[in-house]
Amino acid sequence: MNEIKTITGRAIPVVGNDIDTDRIIPARFLRCVTFDGLGEHAFEDDRKQLTAQGKTHAFDDKRFTGASVLVVNSNFGCGSSREHAPQAIAKWGIKAIVGVSYSEIFFGNCVAMGLPCLRVAVADSEAIQAVVTKDPAVQVSVDVDKLEVRAGNQTWKAQMGDGHRKQFLTGQWDATAELVAGVEQVKATAQKLPYVSAFA
Amino acid sequence: MSSRTLFDKVWDLHTVRTLPSGQSQVFIGLHMIHEVTSPQAFADLRLKGLKVPFPERSVATVDHIVPTENQARPYADGLAEEMMVAIDKNCREFGIRLFQPGSGKQGVVHIIAPEQGLTQPGMTVACGDSHTATHGAFGAIAFGIGTSQVRDVLATQTLSMSRLKVRKIQVDGQLKPGVYAKDVILHILRKLTAKGGVGFAYEFAGSTFSAMSMEERMTVCNMAIEGGARCGYVNPDQVTFDYLKGREYAPKAEHWDKAVAWWKSIASDADAVFDDVKTFKTEDIEPTVTWGISPDHGIGVGESIPAKESFAKDEWATIDEAYQYMDLKAGQPIAGVAIDVAFIGSCTNGRISDLREAARVITLHGGKVNAKVKAFIVPGSEAVKVVAEAEGLDKVFTAHGFEWRNAGCSMCLAMNPDKLQGRQVSASSSNRNFKGRQGSPSGRTLLMSPAMVAIAALEGKVSDVRTVLAKAAKG
Repeated sequence: MNEIKTITGRAIPVVGNDIDTDRIIPARFLRCVTFDGLGEHAFEDDRKQLTAQGKTHAFDDKRFTGASVLVVNSNFGCGSSREHAPQAIAKWGIKAIVGVSYSEIFFGNCVAMGLPCLRVAVADSEAIQAVVTKDPAVQVSVDVDKLEVRAGNQTWKAQMGDGHRKQFLTGQWDATAELVAGVEQVKATAQKLPYVSAFA
Repeated sequence: MSSRTLFDKVWDLHTVRTLPSGQSQVFIGLHMIHEVTSPQAFADLRLKGLKVPFPERSVATVDHIVPTENQARPYADGLAEEMMVAIDKNCREFGIRLFQPGSGKQGVVHIIAPEQGLTQPGMTVACGDSHTATHGAFGAIAFGIGTSQVRDVLATQTLSMSRLKVRKIQVDGQLKPGVYAKDVILHILRKLTAKGGVGFAYEFAGSTFSAMSMEERMTVCNMAIEGGARCGYVNPDQVTFDYLKGREYAPKAEHWDKAVAWWKSIASDADAVFDDVKTFKTEDIEPTVTWGISPDHGIGVGESIPAKESFAKDEWATIDEAYQYMDLKAGQPIAGVAIDVAFIGSCTNGRISDLREAARVITLHGGKVNAKVKAFIVPGSEAVKVVAEAEGLDKVFTAHGFEWRNAGCSMCLAMNPDKLQGRQVSASSSNRNFKGRQGSPSGRTLLMSPAMVAIAALEGKVSDVRTVLAKAAKG
């Protein structure tokens, strides 16, 4: 099991609130039976539209190639539960996300994949985005243990629920083994449920 | 035990233990599977050598990629065909029931589980689909999960989760004519925003929900997720019990009374304590239409596109993006906006009552689908299709120029051949108006009730269904 404490690397900003999982990975790319090859299609339609307007999406901006920290704003990953969205981001190379808030399903998917999502204040998410936009080469550290984000000589406070933080720090973010270990207790709980035992 | 919400009671009953991380291990009473979010989960089971200990607690169907016109196999889309083959093989290998097209039980997963009586009060329900919130209409705690969690449910019938807070959404009063369950939830989303419910379960309470049918309650709970709430529920009552009685997988005669007694006991106590309460009145709710790129961008059909200054400042960039993407301007009335495609269907509004109301307003209007509009109606399940055809609804639709299709998710998310083209604008009874949602990366979606979609199709533009209802009332 991999313990995840601090991720350090260059960062990439994706600006905007309520960026939904259809935008992160359009539905046509869900016609697959593996997650292989999703990375290159992350944000594909947003990227194409900006290119058509003569602009450049961060995921097409060479200055951010090789970044491992994604910096977003509020309610990132809302909408569809598709794990293909965080899988696409991870396969592109992202190892940690920093933002104001996340949809719960997206956040849960990221936990199960070992991709920590830290929360920061609205102004701080914007400040971090400004810092990395100005200097894409700056090394950003996402510290799950100390709950802070560092870049250059600046430090921002971050948050993550205790249970999830512990899962990353102790390498128990993949809960399957622990859930399987409880199988006898699972059966006992099931037997106490009236719809399982009494009127099934 | 008193002062507890339904959420508290169901959560506690299903909690197996506290995991070393501090998360709860929660038993899942009903697990539903579809073809899009499950293949990688089954592959992982094989990779890790895991078995499925409770195969009878999972049920599968195919809905997202199923074509609604030609359903002959193999599908023209090779990738879709591959997914169909995969789910069939996976369900056989692990002993899971699969409702295939032609079985009479296939359809959108959130439509078939209730209609088969699989969804019941007091259960925990999970599915690799965000609209699992729908099942909360029965007084179940129902939430969407991702593929890794689908694997966990298959392998253990449990999930690692943290407890949610509970917000009571109290709505009282009778709905005005032309105002539907869809308008109620679009109004709530508008007021509480797309992210306002993060961290909460929504309890929908008050006389408005008590007076609703189960199908209307499903429409409301379905879109709790669009407000950020992972689940939404209505306390079970006589309407719930009457709906369930006699359905195939509902408790049988000898168990019925015992089941009803337990279902009653898990409803929120009269003095239940909530983390938050929000109150709305039906007199403030109009037929609602979304104008932007998030389901909380709804306005009354009589209103104009709002100025960005009416939103919180950190939303301004998103609102500017919405004006640009939708090609709409602040101050412009939403009524009269031209549409190219009209879609009635989806897990939000693809049930028989939705189709009946659409047929009723189409008949009252009397016209035909506007020459510039492509309009199609997709029943939510094979069972809905059978009932609709027995009632002659399909004849009403086709006589007025609507296409009548087979069951599936269709253009809600456009994973099958039903897609918008280019910059087309759709009037849609589905749940999401995200950029590119309906299959064209630049396509535009206006969400509204099925009755409003029907009238928009006939008029070729966003129109107030109340005009048709009022004309009919005058005779």
